[in-house]
Amino acid sequence: MKINFLIPVLFVITISLLSLSVRNQAPLSKLSEYGLFSGKLSDQQPAQDVVPYKLNTPLFSDYAEKLRFVKIPDGTHIDYNDSAVFDFPKGTILVKTFYFPVDFRNPAKGRQLIETRLLIHEEKEWKAYPYIWNAEQTEAYLDVAGETKQVKYIDEQGKTKQHAYFIPNMNQCKGCHNRSEKMSPIGPSAKQLSGPLDYGQGSEIQLTHWAQLGKLNGIPAKSSLPPAIIWNVPSTGTVNDRARLWLDINCAHCHRPNGPANTSGLFLGSAEKDSLRIGFRKTPVAAGRGSGDLLFDIMPGQPDKSILVYRMESKDPGVMMPELGRSLANKEAIALIRQWIKEMN
Amino acid sequence: MRCTLSILLCFIISIVSAQTEIRKSIQSRFIMAEDGETIQLDEGTFSIDATLSMEGKKNIIIKGKGLDKTILSFKNQTTGAEGIRISNCNNVVMEDMTIQDAKGDCIKAMNVTDITFRRVKAAWSGKLSSKNGSYAIYPVSCERVLIENCIARGASDAGIYVGQSKTIIVRNNQAFENVAGIEIENSLNADVYGNEAYNNTGGILVFDLPDLQLKKGGYCRVYDNRIRENNQLNFAPKGNIVGKVPQGTGILLLAANNVEIFRNEIINNRTVGTGIISYYITENPIKDSIYYPYPTAIYIHDNNYARKHEKATMHGRMGKLFRFKLKFGKDVPHIIYDGIPDEKLILTNGKYPPESRICIKNNKGSSYANIDAANNFKKISRDITEADCTHVAQSEVKAWDK
Repeated sequence: MKINFLIPVLFVITISLLSLSVRNQAPLSKLSEYGLFSGKLSDQQPAQDVVPYKLNTPLFSDYAEKLRFVKIPDGTHIDYNDSAVFDFPKGTILVKTFYFPVDFRNPAKGRQLIETRLLIHEEKEWKAYPYIWNAEQTEAYLDVAGETKQVKYIDEQGKTKQHAYFIPNMNQCKGCHNRSEKMSPIGPSAKQLSGPLDYGQGSEIQLTHWAQLGKLNGIPAKSSLPPAIIWNVPSTGTVNDRARLWLDINCAHCHRPNGPANTSGLFLGSAEKDSLRIGFRKTPVAAGRGSGDLLFDIMPGQPDKSILVYRMESKDPGVMMPELGRSLANKEAIALIRQWIKEMN
Repeated sequence: MRCTLSILLCFIISIVSAQTEIRKSIQSRFIMAEDGETIQLDEGTFSIDATLSMEGKKNIIIKGKGLDKTILSFKNQTTGAEGIRISNCNNVVMEDMTIQDAKGDCIKAMNVTDITFRRVKAAWSGKLSSKNGSYAIYPVSCERVLIENCIARGASDAGIYVGQSKTIIVRNNQAFENVAGIEIENSLNADVYGNEAYNNTGGILVFDLPDLQLKKGGYCRVYDNRIRENNQLNFAPKGNIVGKVPQGTGILLLAANNVEIFRNEIINNRTVGTGIISYYITENPIKDSIYYPYPTAIYIHDNNYARKHEKATMHGRMGKLFRFKLKFGKDVPHIIYDGIPDEKLILTNGKYPPESRICIKNNKGSSYANIDAANNFKKISRDITEADCTHVAQSEVKAWDK
């Protein structure tokens, strides 16, 4: 409890971090050392060979906004596929910076950068490294043990919000980024990158842009690209389409046959067709108090009797789903999933 | 006043940050550990505010200064679904410490080959509540699991729960005041012996459930255990299969196959000393076409049974069943078979083939009933001669080198 006890602890952490950065080439101890950005680091302007991207329907992380970038090494490319996350070449770096705008209604008022996560495809496998931004917003430092930050902002409705934001530890990255116990990216797939982005010369389809850069081979004609389904934009898909894609990105990284939640028998990938495996009238296995005294994962027509909804609404770490990465409930997504279950028969 | 307040505030802040620093310090050691390292934790009570996780390591010992000497308390946990999580490792030993009051499971090990828990206490310390976490010690999808000399208490599901794993030894543990004391679920080759299971809702459970990756467990021995006074009111949240276990259950075999139960002391469990039931009795729908819902090849012998002359539980569906259908009064049989057979197995003589039968032999102080649940409990039979047969002994799970 005393300060003098903190010193050795901090010392141990520092030494450990130092030894980590000495032992391997990556990770570097500061984000700036990767040269991923040009100009002021906090402006997050990508360097020449770094491409920004945006997912159609992203993972919810306590309303944090995210900036995403990818660096694919010179002379290498991805081969297109329309069903799974892209198979990125070795040396690829995926970059994701989490931030909160000061005022969600007015981006000009500035933002607080919280953390930047790097997913690096090293010689043997993918590795994840979390960097935490300093208070001055001049640099982000590698921190393997995770952290809790207080964040404050004005939300879309003009309400002031303040809450804890959890930065996962390095092991927890793999809690989600896990395919058959191998680290893996989750987001960048054809169905998530089929939407437009403005790279400075007006809006372009991202997949097409990547192909033009020579980074993506074998893309089909524009008419055969997957639809850009945005979970909260009704014109982009049916309730079923949008709900399934939302569950896919928010749940299926664990809840799929080769993911860490495969012991539950609940599989929420958007390609899953077996209604039992999606949770329809499926009894829980090891949900414990996560069941909320309810009998089925999804009770068609009855969101209030569906464990899925109960766990999305909970903020209790022993109950809530996903297990990590949020301390708030995603009200808008809950409304979508409720509607989806309600319209089932 | 203001002065005191600010001192208090400083104090609180320093506690909170100290918690974070301890957690970060232990977490960093879990992350940095070299293969073959022993991570020694100090004596003392440490308040931990988030899951501690170990991932992708080999040959690690996580060692405390003793059960109830090194205490990691997760009472103030704010994030993470378990206290300790060990995943995708090879040969991890956790010993000599107490893990308590996690928000979800106390200790979860997943996809670990060679996992040992020794002299570990995993418990919820307060009164028994459905708000307690599900599992105290929870290896799942593991191979070669050894749990010995551990204590599990307060779990709203199972104290010691081995799920979807292979090659398991659970010995000389104490499991008390859980919904299920010890549960082996969809697991293959387990030896459960020398344990004390008491004051749980159910003492020792061997279950096979549908819809899972590891479809069929079995080849399990439960022997030399003391299973007594498991009369705790069921405090599991609904929806969970253990929520259906009646108060007063000693041993329950649910759709389990190739299980041998012998030399146990099964004492004063008021509702069912040993139950042998199919999944149908749960009244849950079965949609898994590969799942086998019947118990077969069960051998219960040389156990010692005793119970007080009292009524079975009045609680839950099972309570209703005892009151309105079975009507045993205070003369409750020690061993109950639900009498829902796999019709496909029945031979022309009306019996299972010898290798599939339910055999009950040479138990002391026991009585028996087949409750004929298949025919709405019409022909309840207390004639144990229908189960008068033997099986060859299940083979021993050989201890591996530790």
